Amino acid sequence: MPTTRRIVAVAAGTIAVALAATSCSTGGGEVDPSADITEQTLTVSIWADYYPEDLAEQFEEATGVKTTIVNHTTNEDIVAKLTASADSGIDVAFVSGQYAQALGEQGLLAELDKSLIPNESNLYPEALELDYDEGNVYSEPYAWGTTGLCYRPDLTGYDPTSWNDLLNPKPELEGKTTMLSTDRWLAMPALKAAGHSLNTTDDGELAEAKDQLLKTKPTLLAYDDTTFYSKLVSGEAAMVEAWDGWCNYGIAEDPTIKFVVPDEGADLWVDTMTVLESSKNKEAAMAFINYILDPKVQSWVAENILYKVPNQAAMEALDPALIESYPTLGITVDELFDQEVIVDLGEDSLKYVDLNSEVLATN
Amino acid sequence: MTSTPHQTTPGVRANRVRRGLAPVPFLAPGMLFLIVFMAIPVGLLAFYTFFKRGRFGGLVFEFTFDNWIKLLEPLYLGVIVQSIGMALVVTLLALAIGYPMAYAIAGLSPKWRTIALIAVVLPFWTNFLVRTYAWILLLNNAGWLNQALQGLGLTDEPISMLYTPQAIVVGLLYMYLPLMVLPLYASLQQLDPSLREAATNLGANPWRAFRTVTLPLSLPGALTGCVFVFVPAMSNFVIPELIGGGKTVMVGNLVRDQFFEARDWPFGATLALLLTIILVLVIVLQSAVSRRVTEGPRRG
Repeated sequence: MPTTRRIVAVAAGTIAVALAATSCSTGGGEVDPSADITEQTLTVSIWADYYPEDLAEQFEEATGVKTTIVNHTTNEDIVAKLTASADSGIDVAFVSGQYAQALGEQGLLAELDKSLIPNESNLYPEALELDYDEGNVYSEPYAWGTTGLCYRPDLTGYDPTSWNDLLNPKPELEGKTTMLSTDRWLAMPALKAAGHSLNTTDDGELAEAKDQLLKTKPTLLAYDDTTFYSKLVSGEAAMVEAWDGWCNYGIAEDPTIKFVVPDEGADLWVDTMTVLESSKNKEAAMAFINYILDPKVQSWVAENILYKVPNQAAMEALDPALIESYPTLGITVDELFDQEVIVDLGEDSLKYVDLNSEVLATN
Repeated sequence: MTSTPHQTTPGVRANRVRRGLAPVPFLAPGMLFLIVFMAIPVGLLAFYTFFKRGRFGGLVFEFTFDNWIKLLEPLYLGVIVQSIGMALVVTLLALAIGYPMAYAIAGLSPKWRTIALIAVVLPFWTNFLVRTYAWILLLNNAGWLNQALQGLGLTDEPISMLYTPQAIVVGLLYMYLPLMVLPLYASLQQLDPSLREAATNLGANPWRAFRTVTLPLSLPGALTGCVFVFVPAMSNFVIPELIGGGKTVMVGNLVRDQFFEARDWPFGATLALLLTIILVLVIVLQSAVSRRVTEGPRRG
């Protein structure tokens, strides 16, 4: 399958070249694989602390493209920037898969020219079959993972296995748990615990989830999207809803901390790299994506951010000692694909936005 | 703080006529600044409140009153009322703690007065977020306060102090107390001591002298301090999030969340405009009361 797709992509690329040759390639135009990228400049927007500090210099040295990296804090933040004006000045944007899907559907993303991204072959075959962007038309995955319970067995006194351990905690754990409050991760535990899809748009199922979350709220220590692992380390919290990679930051400080994906299942989230349709430097942008997909570069993410990367070559070269210390890095692709991929829900995504607002605003 | 008793003297009146358009060049830069950075943004905010939200933020240009109707939902009304209550509690506590402080500082020798004033503003030299995180270290279950209480044997189990509404009040109070002390100090320090002496000479005991002379004359300073504390306390969203653990939502959080999480600019604008209106009303009330206090007795 992927091979066929690649041939199609190459063919498409060739046609694009032919088209580019006939049309004058001004800003935001077609991709021209023969363009001299050293004459281009690149602006990349990525989450803070999610890339090597010297990434811009590295890429500049490797390709000669003058590169500027800017940071965004959340998907909402970057999407607001990208949609606020016709040209945000950003060439490459890192967004989660469901946002890549939404931006792609809005026509804001450039189709990737796979002839410029030969390193795509380093990816796991599964990484080309993600629901939000089948065949990686608009996006290439940067890191992926799941969400589960990160906990201190010495404080919980047992090993949790279900989202209900978090949603309806034992009395002795009340006031010792935290939940994520952002985006789709607030509703996810309640939806999964009730056996619903995390992509549901059914009003009844969402109302049920909201009731559960309102019942859970008084039992929480706090909602926390950024420092939950340090609450575990300090002992303030015994169990927190956590992204697998972030649980590792806790494990780094306290090796007794454990991570489990509850039996009801969780999400498969993917952070992706996309090229903006408005970019005047598409060839350099795709060269940048190709550079990241080099196993030597992408392995940095696994080694330093402790997130799994969809790069098979990079993961297979990973030091086994690292996986032993951080078991979430050892979650296999099969195990990951047992989880549900978060997809964009179009206008219905506002249902989740409203659910979050209402749960969080209830005092 | 507000009007001075000299305004009615004839000389000033003549001056005012002579001045005519003279103040314009002086006012122009400030006015321009206010128009560009205040009037136009607030106008835009008001404009936004009457349209529908776009899926990725922004506006859909379909006229609607929905945002104002949504404001009346008990959920949001409750948050607004609670924020006003919380800011009020913080303001009253700041007044109760700040007044004696300012009074004491005003009575110090000039050297100690300077030292005390530096101590009051010293926290401002450290970043707001750093100071907020310091409270997390102090108040959490494994924090210094709990360790101290347990060390002294006053409690066996740590007391949950962080991530409560009370913790938010403490955080806001700490943050804005200097804004109460400084205007109070300014008005107390300017008080003519001979007025108090006159009251005492005429037979008033110290309490009565304070109550009839010092207190009324320091009231404008107190009111200014109250506004200085109430306004930022009501709109703060960082402290409820960090010290309150995101469980207690104030109107500032609602505004922030509408823009950054919900991408609902029109409703965010409606909440922000309402917040602005409430705060302007508070300031109008303050200047009205202040004017009555300073001018009232003279007329009567």
